[in-house]
Amino acid sequence: MKLLRHWVLILFGLLAVYPWLPVSSANRGEQFTILFIYAILAQGLNVVLGLTGLLHLGIAAFFGIGAYTVGILTVGFFPFQQSFLVAAAAAVLMAALVGVLTTAPILRLRGDYLALVTLGLGLIVLYAIRNLDPITEGTKGISPIDAGPVPGWSGKNLHSWRLKSDWGLHWYNYPYFYYLCLLLLGGVLLLVRNLEHSRLGRAWVALREDELAATCMGLNPARLKLAAIAVGAGLGGLAGALYAMALRTTGNPQTYDFTLSMLMICCVILGGMGNRNGVLLGTFLLIGFDRILTGILDNQIQALVGSASPYLKLSGWRLIIFGLVLILMMRFRPEGLLPAKRIQVELHPEIGEALGQAAAEAEVAQKDSSVPVSPAPLRPPGPAS
Amino acid sequence: MAELFASSEPAVGFLQFLMLGLVIGSLYALIALGYTMVYGIIELINFAHGDLFMLGSFVALGVAIWPMGVTSADAPTGAIMATVALMLLVTPVFCALLNVTVDRVVYRPLRQSPKLTVIVSAIGVSFIFMNIGLLWRGATPVKFPDLIGDTNLLEGTGLRFTWEDLLVVAVTVPTMIALTLFVRYTTLGKAMRATAQNPVAAQLMGINVNQVIAVTFALGGALAGVASVIYGLYIKAVDYQMGFQNGLYAFTAAVLGGVGNIPGAVLGGLLIGVVGELSKAYLGAKWSEAVIFGILIVILLFRPTGLLGARTREKV
Repeated sequence: MKLLRHWVLILFGLLAVYPWLPVSSANRGEQFTILFIYAILAQGLNVVLGLTGLLHLGIAAFFGIGAYTVGILTVGFFPFQQSFLVAAAAAVLMAALVGVLTTAPILRLRGDYLALVTLGLGLIVLYAIRNLDPITEGTKGISPIDAGPVPGWSGKNLHSWRLKSDWGLHWYNYPYFYYLCLLLLGGVLLLVRNLEHSRLGRAWVALREDELAATCMGLNPARLKLAAIAVGAGLGGLAGALYAMALRTTGNPQTYDFTLSMLMICCVILGGMGNRNGVLLGTFLLIGFDRILTGILDNQIQALVGSASPYLKLSGWRLIIFGLVLILMMRFRPEGLLPAKRIQVELHPEIGEALGQAAAEAEVAQKDSSVPVSPAPLRPPGPAS
Repeated sequence: MAELFASSEPAVGFLQFLMLGLVIGSLYALIALGYTMVYGIIELINFAHGDLFMLGSFVALGVAIWPMGVTSADAPTGAIMATVALMLLVTPVFCALLNVTVDRVVYRPLRQSPKLTVIVSAIGVSFIFMNIGLLWRGATPVKFPDLIGDTNLLEGTGLRFTWEDLLVVAVTVPTMIALTLFVRYTTLGKAMRATAQNPVAAQLMGINVNQVIAVTFALGGALAGVASVIYGLYIKAVDYQMGFQNGLYAFTAAVLGGVGNIPGAVLGGLLIGVVGELSKAYLGAKWSEAVIFGILIVILLFRPTGLLGARTREKV
């Protein structure tokens, strides 16, 4: 059981050696990269929604901005042709900048109104991407994205018995990109962890719990919200940059629409708002199901039944499945699979009361009885005066 | 569309787009009323409302094709009128029942939960509806029978106002007036307003709050149903994603006017219709959505509770 507490580390260890395991030659884990990318996006949303409590319904816009920034900076027919690292850094900055610029004017909106306006902002970005044909290629998307060779490896071909790839060719080649995304995801988790434990992170949580009280305690809500958006949007931009690189195209702008924003909110809520490990779990479960498992299961079902009816395809039912997950989670476990402690207390007052009552009883017992309840007093008795 | 009524007079062109905008806007207003009523009473942004509207239009389509078999404006006038009447009867009832069921099954157990919980459930319901629509009629738009025809009623004036435009106005305006009167003057309407103001106090006064909320959901659903019939007859194509798009406009309309405010929703709907049509005419169709949301954001910046919304004070 003790081992399970470190499941995130174990998971990362497994994922790090997975490409070398003799699992199946058809399945080298390439499709896992998409999980890592969405997990980064979900961590970004977690900072905004989970830690700071801003219901942002347009997170997909930052994903799109990241993808298109990389597209524009690297693709052949624009004059920039930067390397992937430069483009990715620019994508992060660009998304964070757009996030801050669009959020700054709407900071005084709250709750539903904020949700609506962020939804509108997300859609405006989507329409802009779709309609600015000379820059974004309209509905075709920018392709092919080629961000040049990986520095330091050029010319060196490392054929391994399993990876069967030319190391040292391109960023998007399988083992490279897999490890790059895994590494970045690990880095993002560390970053979020450190942020959570920093002054900034505690201030975010205070703001989420009670904005008025936090303001009275001298916190500046505007600055805190902007910081949260900057981090969240920046991570979204990073995820978008990786996504464009993985596909080698920005794809159809429709990829970055409201459904994606909602899907990410599902991931955050399923895992446990405000708990980065929970969000990681939620993303792996939901995106893993959506992007990897449904394909496999669909093939199985088809092989079993022998018909290609749309009703027999799980992919035809994906929205119903998401919807049911959302409704059932909200009904029976609104705090998510791995609840953040504070949110659990908030949503289940009885737990908080029980905790508070237990503490109060312990205190009373300690005060009243001559026999101390706890064998070891919390503070060693100081020298009596 | 634009060249259809391209007039030599720019002023006439403007008037034409204004009129078209008002017609489409009253359609948005009709959908927005359902939103705003539900919001007014339990402060829920009902994301599923647009998709309920979409399912309603599919039911209306089924009514036109299956029992009546009337699929074009060439059919006898009596048959057309009977079909439209049947659609206007069946669809609202279907939408009302569905909406009440959803409230009973999904939202009622969450009455005491934080707001976010209920909003997320509503999004879940919206996803389910959308998927049902997808499985029902597929991903491509389906043609809706053209029953009304588009004879111009203002021949010779350079303007265009068809039977279809008239139908939209003739159904939506009385519906909106009836709703306003209902909420203002009936006992049930009073109970609704009382529940909206303070559910606990309303309960203490002997109002069955759950029942009042169910009635609100039924009314909201019925409005979505009426709107879906009119929309199908007017736009003549329906698809499973139209609920999201139109729901969003209705939602924007409701917020623009001040959510929970019935005249506000009508004003917001008309405003969105007019702005949408004018931006289509003068900026190009592809930018009209961006303009609508841009205006929404700008208005909310200056009036955070909407045009007719009451200013709320921070509760301490």
